[in-house]
Amino acid sequence: MKKASGSMIARFFTLYGAWVVLFVLVVAMSLSSRIFLTLPNLTNVARQVSINAVIAAGMTFVIITAGIDLSVGSLVALTSCVAMFVIDATGSSGVGILAGILLGALAGALNGAFVAWAKIPPFIVTLAGLTIYRGIALIITGGSPIIKFEGGFRYLGQGVFAGIPIPIIIMALVLLIMHFILSRTSFGAHVYSVGGNEEASRLSGIKVAWVKFRVYVLGGMLTGLAGMVLMGRLSSAQPNTGEGFELDAIAAVILGGTSLMGGRGSIWGTLVGALIIGILNNGFNLMAVDAHFQLVAKGVIILLAVLLDQYLKKNLVSIPAK
Amino acid sequence: MRDVSFTVRPGEVHVLVGENGAGKSTLLKILSGAQRPDSGAILLDGRELSLKGPKDATDRGISTIYQELSLVPWLSIAHNLFLGRENVAGRFFVSRRRLHRLAGEVLEKIGETLDPGLPVVALGMAQQQLVEIARALSENARFILMDEPTASLTEREIEILFQKIRTLKKEGVGILYISHRLEEIRRIGDRLTVMRDGAVVFSGGIDDLSLPEIIAKMVGRPIANHYPKRTVPAGEELLEVEPRGGPGGDPRFFLREGEVVGLAGLVGSGRTEWVRRLFGADPTFGEKIRIRGEAVQVRCPHTARGLGIGMVPENRKDHGLILGRNIRENITVTILEKISRFGGRLIDRKARAKTSAEYVRNLAIRCPSDLTDVATLSGGNQQKIVLSKWLAAQGRIIILDEPTRGIDVGAKLEMYNLMNDLCSRGLGIILISSDLPELLSMSDRIYVMRQGALVKEMPSADATQEKIMHHASGVKGSEAQ
Repeated sequence: MKKASGSMIARFFTLYGAWVVLFVLVVAMSLSSRIFLTLPNLTNVARQVSINAVIAAGMTFVIITAGIDLSVGSLVALTSCVAMFVIDATGSSGVGILAGILLGALAGALNGAFVAWAKIPPFIVTLAGLTIYRGIALIITGGSPIIKFEGGFRYLGQGVFAGIPIPIIIMALVLLIMHFILSRTSFGAHVYSVGGNEEASRLSGIKVAWVKFRVYVLGGMLTGLAGMVLMGRLSSAQPNTGEGFELDAIAAVILGGTSLMGGRGSIWGTLVGALIIGILNNGFNLMAVDAHFQLVAKGVIILLAVLLDQYLKKNLVSIPAK
Repeated sequence: MRDVSFTVRPGEVHVLVGENGAGKSTLLKILSGAQRPDSGAILLDGRELSLKGPKDATDRGISTIYQELSLVPWLSIAHNLFLGRENVAGRFFVSRRRLHRLAGEVLEKIGETLDPGLPVVALGMAQQQLVEIARALSENARFILMDEPTASLTEREIEILFQKIRTLKKEGVGILYISHRLEEIRRIGDRLTVMRDGAVVFSGGIDDLSLPEIIAKMVGRPIANHYPKRTVPAGEELLEVEPRGGPGGDPRFFLREGEVVGLAGLVGSGRTEWVRRLFGADPTFGEKIRIRGEAVQVRCPHTARGLGIGMVPENRKDHGLILGRNIRENITVTILEKISRFGGRLIDRKARAKTSAEYVRNLAIRCPSDLTDVATLSGGNQQKIVLSKWLAAQGRIIILDEPTRGIDVGAKLEMYNLMNDLCSRGLGIILISSDLPELLSMSDRIYVMRQGALVKEMPSADATQEKIMHHASGVKGSEAQ
């Protein structure tokens, strides 16, 4: 039996390393910018974080099964373009949004089928998805954005309900539901066990392929939803949008303490990860840091945060499972 | 290991035999420099050797050819021969031509004319083994250790290998040859050492002992009286596996309620593979399986679970447990749908905690709480958790593959008592153990396996270690009926 050792502080750091990073960031930003801690700015941060958080929630499931989904950025573009076509054709925003989300699920099902049954590494499958979905989006739009300044679909990106922007409400609902699925359902428990030890799970009678498949469908569906929010916010569908979204989502998941090796992770961790990235972006903008320098700084901070997390986990305490 | 002392002379093949776990592997590790002896000495040419590691051993002319070959599949023969020593063909740029020429020279030494540019994957098992031997020679080996070199070879390939070994002998190379195949050792060996329980029990000429005598030396392990076996009257037939071959071939396999059926066999006889197929973990060979008289097809572990079959696998950490997750999660992993409401979707957390607590208590799993990571527990407790998940899943047929390997004596005793408990509740157990005394004491009946097939069934009351070894090694002696 290993005993937990180290002080309370060390223990806190280990369990909530990402929270600490977030807290330090918030303090630093508040000290260096007077605008940061104002309600309009914080609302702005939350709105910007929402799309990444929705995608990253699905990505969390994928990564807990020791998979990865690189196709989400392209899928955001594809689902919004197709949804816009459907809105044009039917005149109904609702039908278009539904179509976009379903298309996301379908693309996820394709990814999932190749991963689960054809047993091609997720990296390869979704790398192919990354170029295929982007390609289709460019083909069907001819490469140019479809702009539309009216229509109910804009509500998803720009609407406000009870004083709270709709994207933030969507994010909150998605995170709550995904947390619930992960922590309370048999499917969620299967996700952890398949990621923790695929062979032992199979030998326990779990249908591993089926679990993996559903994880990618869920991820695709949420990506479709994120595409709808983005479409609403931009009042347009752009075949070139969403580039690099996969990296932000993966970064949020990893910063949140989910292991790339699978078997460990949580939705709340991912939220914290997404907030860290969002606040970094916001803070850099407030401090008028050069955009090119921002990229470098962001990468360095992500590396340092994960390095710190690993160091703490290894050296300070042995943490109980969960 | 203790009192292990024997000599290998240049130009001789010294055969080392012993039961599973007799200490052959440990000896191999020490001689190849992978492990350091606590005491004792290795003498080479009369001078004491203290090996610092595998590299040191090869530098001093001791090469090892493991059962699992250590070649890099997609590299050429030449590259494999000089792996890590590419500088023989150039200090910075490795000249492919020189490398191939050098490789050709080495291969010629053992009379091989393989193209050194061929990738190793293109070769058969026997040829790969020859490449290993050639590598040993290119390292100027004067002493070669071979671990079960014929385990995966066909009869014809074995003959080729033996010819090469004879060539090596003429060159004055000493060979320590470890084998389970007793019938072949006379064809190649000059002298013989028998190990048992980590000690040498015989060392002498290969013809000094008859095969039955060799077996008697190997298995002479006393059966201590510490097996608490309780026999319960066997109930109805739970499981039946029809023999694969024609009628009158292998024995029919069956398991009844309250019975422990042991599978005996040497390492590599296919016991684990056989139970894995039974459990649906690997594709079946089309054996006809009946459960309670009903013909079934076990396509995957999921089906097996539904049929009431559970397996505690040999490799606890890789196949049995989800390390990094807690005890509760591991015990209930097989019953998540069952303890969930709304069509098996929403986990009933109270039921989950209750089930987990029940098994932790009943099986006396020692842990601070059932939310402890299973990775932190002792082997015996881990084994109980793997067993628990099958009991929770209402398994009636429990496969225990080496259930006491690597756990301490107290935990072993607990495992035996648990087996008794399960039998008295009408479960049937299939037990695989390489520990023959354990197998003999805890089983009601025993099936012996050889080369992937069941070859003999016997009640354990009639079984002796000798009889089992006779059937397991395929030696036709007078004692084997």
